[in-house]
Amino acid sequence: MSAPVTAAAGPVIPDYAAQSSSCEIDNRLFCWRWVQHNWGPVLWPALREHVVLALAAVAIGFAISMALALAAHRYGWLERPTTIVTTILYTIPGLALFELLAAPVGLNVFSAEIALVSYTLLILFRNILAGLRSVPAEVLDAAEGTGMSRTQTLLRVELPLALPAIVAGLRIAIVTIIALATIVYVVYDRGLGVPIHTALGEGPFKTELIAAGGLAIGLALLADGLLVLGQRLLTPWARARAS
Amino acid sequence: MHEFVEAFRFIARNGAVAGGPALPSLSHLALETLKVGAIGVAISVAIAAPLGAWLGHVHRGSFLAINLGNIGRALPSLAVLAIGDAFLGLGLTVVELALVILAVPPIVTNAYLGVDGVDGELVDAARGMGMSGWQVLARVELPLSAPLLFAGIRTAAVFVISTTTIASLAGFSGTLGDPIANETSYRFSGVLGAAICVAALALAVEGALTLLQRALTPRGLRLSEREPAGVLERGVATA
Repeated sequence: MSAPVTAAAGPVIPDYAAQSSSCEIDNRLFCWRWVQHNWGPVLWPALREHVVLALAAVAIGFAISMALALAAHRYGWLERPTTIVTTILYTIPGLALFELLAAPVGLNVFSAEIALVSYTLLILFRNILAGLRSVPAEVLDAAEGTGMSRTQTLLRVELPLALPAIVAGLRIAIVTIIALATIVYVVYDRGLGVPIHTALGEGPFKTELIAAGGLAIGLALLADGLLVLGQRLLTPWARARAS
Repeated sequence: MHEFVEAFRFIARNGAVAGGPALPSLSHLALETLKVGAIGVAISVAIAAPLGAWLGHVHRGSFLAINLGNIGRALPSLAVLAIGDAFLGLGLTVVELALVILAVPPIVTNAYLGVDGVDGELVDAARGMGMSGWQVLARVELPLSAPLLFAGIRTAAVFVISTTTIASLAGFSGTLGDPIANETSYRFSGVLGAAICVAALALAVEGALTLLQRALTPRGLRLSEREPAGVLERGVATA
């Protein structure tokens, strides 16, 4: 998988070989044939990389946020500094953060993932902590009364009750990161930003812009839809209460 | 760390590249970024605030208002710009269109959540005093929901700055994203310097709007202000 995308996505319009149709040469709005020819070598690998980039970032971000939220749940003073730092990270525009990381970290997967992870922290931290805090005091008293230890209370009472808020946070985080991952290509040659970048450099080549841009948007909307479903399946009790 | 030293020198020179061609100064690019962004936010507020407030006032369309917020977050700026470029060609119109598409949802969602969430007893009291629907909206619901609405505008403003710089990647020049998209002319020190400026600009806008939000919050609400660790469950209500 060593950078096949850029290699395969090479010059498209100037390639007047037999496989270029007149549609591609004229750069009409959308050439279906180009998409069929380039799905395997260009679009599918970019889509797959995009999903991997996003999922890895959310998984790492979730682990960090969970640790931070549990710490802040126990030691309340941690909430404010964590919120301030994660808010600053969240506010820095994506393009700027990627470049700021490229200087010390380099043009590699680490720059890409550190930036993506940093955008998940505010969302996940806030939601996990809010979920944990939403557990009513009587429930906690009842847990203590039944002889549960602090860890048992956390695992069997607080976390399950915080689940709707946590899943809601995951949904927002995944969708946000899928959107941001389109500009990962400025530091790391992967994801759906790569074919968009290629197409912009070629005229721009409209078919590829629409195909790759459409895939990015479609992926984000699909992920959001799937997560709504997941949210309902995972927390059936929340639905009855919310409506 | 040498790169950062060079980047700050680039900023100190206001964006001049030694021995390079004459390029627009950083302060000019920053002002242009703010201008392009402000137009986008202004159009978005004009569309989204009345829509969200009205939906909240009639307590209808929660599905639309809330899911719109999530869809806005889901749309990758670069993809929106790329598709706009393919259909219309990239210019100020397409950039503003992309900005509006991204900025409308958080404002609609927050305007809706703000007005919808106003205590029903207050609304009943206002009606009991003989206020009409419009008066209730203008004198009770809107002032009480102002902080949340403003939080939506703040979120939108930060999205907009981020997207305006991304527009440079798509080939729209004249903003602070230019040096980032053009390493050939600006060298890496220019890319990094511009990235620092973009980050600073976004934080400054966020800070300024936070202060403005505080100033606009009715005193009664400010007194009872608790730092809310609100669940981001229903939209972008990042207060």
